[in-house]
Amino acid sequence: MSTHTGTAAKRKAPDSTTEAASKKRRSPTRVNPALYLFPLPAVAIIAFFLVMPTLQAFQYAVTDWNGFSAAFNYVGVDNFVRAFTKDSLFTNALTNNLKFVLLVVIAQTVFSLLLALLLVKNSRGNVVLRALFFFPTILSSVSVAFIWKFIYDPNFGLANSALGAIGLEGLQGSYLGNNSQALYWVAVTQVWFHAGQMMVVYIAGLQAIPRELYEAAEMDGANKWQQFKSITWPFVAPATSIVVAYTTVQSFKAFDLILGIAGNPPKGSLDILSTRIYSTFANSEFGYAAAQSIIFMGMIALVTWLQRRLLRLTPKGE
Amino acid sequence: MLASISRRGILAIYAVIIIVPITVVLFGSFKSTQELFEGPFSLPQSLAPDNFAEVIGGQDLGSSFLNSVIVTGISVPVTLFIASLAGYAVARLRGFASWAIFGFLVLGMAIPAQANMVPLYVLFGRIGLLDNLTGLIVANVVSTLPIAVFILGGFMRTLPKELYEACSIDGTGPWRTYVSIALPLSAPSIAAAAIFLFVIHWNELLYPLLFIQSPGNRTLPLALLSFQGEFQTNYPLLFAGVILASLPVVVAYVFLQRYFVAGITAGASKG
Repeated sequence: MSTHTGTAAKRKAPDSTTEAASKKRRSPTRVNPALYLFPLPAVAIIAFFLVMPTLQAFQYAVTDWNGFSAAFNYVGVDNFVRAFTKDSLFTNALTNNLKFVLLVVIAQTVFSLLLALLLVKNSRGNVVLRALFFFPTILSSVSVAFIWKFIYDPNFGLANSALGAIGLEGLQGSYLGNNSQALYWVAVTQVWFHAGQMMVVYIAGLQAIPRELYEAAEMDGANKWQQFKSITWPFVAPATSIVVAYTTVQSFKAFDLILGIAGNPPKGSLDILSTRIYSTFANSEFGYAAAQSIIFMGMIALVTWLQRRLLRLTPKGE
Repeated sequence: MLASISRRGILAIYAVIIIVPITVVLFGSFKSTQELFEGPFSLPQSLAPDNFAEVIGGQDLGSSFLNSVIVTGISVPVTLFIASLAGYAVARLRGFASWAIFGFLVLGMAIPAQANMVPLYVLFGRIGLLDNLTGLIVANVVSTLPIAVFILGGFMRTLPKELYEACSIDGTGPWRTYVSIALPLSAPSIAAAAIFLFVIHWNELLYPLLFIQSPGNRTLPLALLSFQGEFQTNYPLLFAGVILASLPVVVAYVFLQRYFVAGITAGASKG
């Protein structure tokens, strides 16, 4: 588990020393057996409601069960073959989802790092702006979806009104109504929604960088870009790996936002994996939906792994 | 100089992009559709809460609000209690047992809710948890227990072991030590986890969408989502709903901002 926020890192050090110390002393007290009762409720709940259903998903995935009838057939890997080769709805959702994740991960990482760099000092004004930029994160996805539905409304929306007011009618568009652009506009919304949250992760990372490094670099005549490249970027690598991993999972699961902004079920140009799985489920194809959700899990794991390889962000020592 | 101007420019523009839409929604919730479309940025002509009366009474968002309060009000403390028990044991147990329990509980963070929703739906159907608030509470507890154990267990592990050992030499039992030592000392991380859970549970949409059939059992996000179809462009009504759904979280944010940032960031750093 990577806990790379500033406070967690600070807590880590004294922890390991006390652990080492208590090991050395061979503490005289024995573990009270009653302690094993404490985690029981949590273990039972997780086993029954999380682990078991997840394993069952694999079982369902090789059947054509419709969720109601007692009879069903084992169909082997047919559901998986169907998803990748015969179901254009699914491959469309998959393509959309990968595009969406790529867009949001790049935009959100760059933008939240930029905000963090601009607000890294703890001045009063910066603290206020941080609180403001963080604010959208606490809203519900459906609320954010409604706000942006109005911004994007082609006839009465804020975006087009604002463009009209400054004489840029030429740039007015139909946003979500334009199928080749809709996904991009939802990506903008997603970044607005969560960039502030990732900014906070970056600020913690930036504040842990020793000031002296920059002073030394400045004396050596390094310009701002060189300082960023050789000090800031390598030092915030742990923060970047958190931001990228979290943003990836978050944008794979942008279920609520898509349903809120595009309606249920969403139109093809805004359908992503999680909304597709839900539609398949709502269509009573339980076996097929389970197969889709396994592909979904696999995709998240695959993309996360690829990112780690590509970015070489594996944090040191963990 | 130039850098400072562009710094201020970027910050100012982004501040506008956050403040303006939120202000428009706030003002818009007091306007009529026509008034909103004619001047989205202007102050509302009257502060008569017609839209709020319509969504609360007419559209029954009042009972959805109550449902949300019940579900969140129960699922947050229950999650905290169960997670803190587990976190406490993990902090006090040693070696393999501690590692295995923590690993098992925290592994659940890697499973997205959409991955097991079909079997969960079937299971809930069998044990009578569909279409009632209890089911939503159970689903909330299950889905956030791993992250809560991660936050609380992670914190309780950093408390000095000598504290626990001193208690056990004094003959204080594990339960008393949990109540009188572990819980009070973990107050900051419990507060952060509570806020994190509150935001997640209050805004949860997938489980209500899956499990709830009767309009009377809807929580706020689900009720809001159903507006989407019904009132396509009646934005003032949508906005009143947005304000109502966001109010408790926003009020909490204003007063407990420090814990929000700590809690939601702790949630974000899950591996």
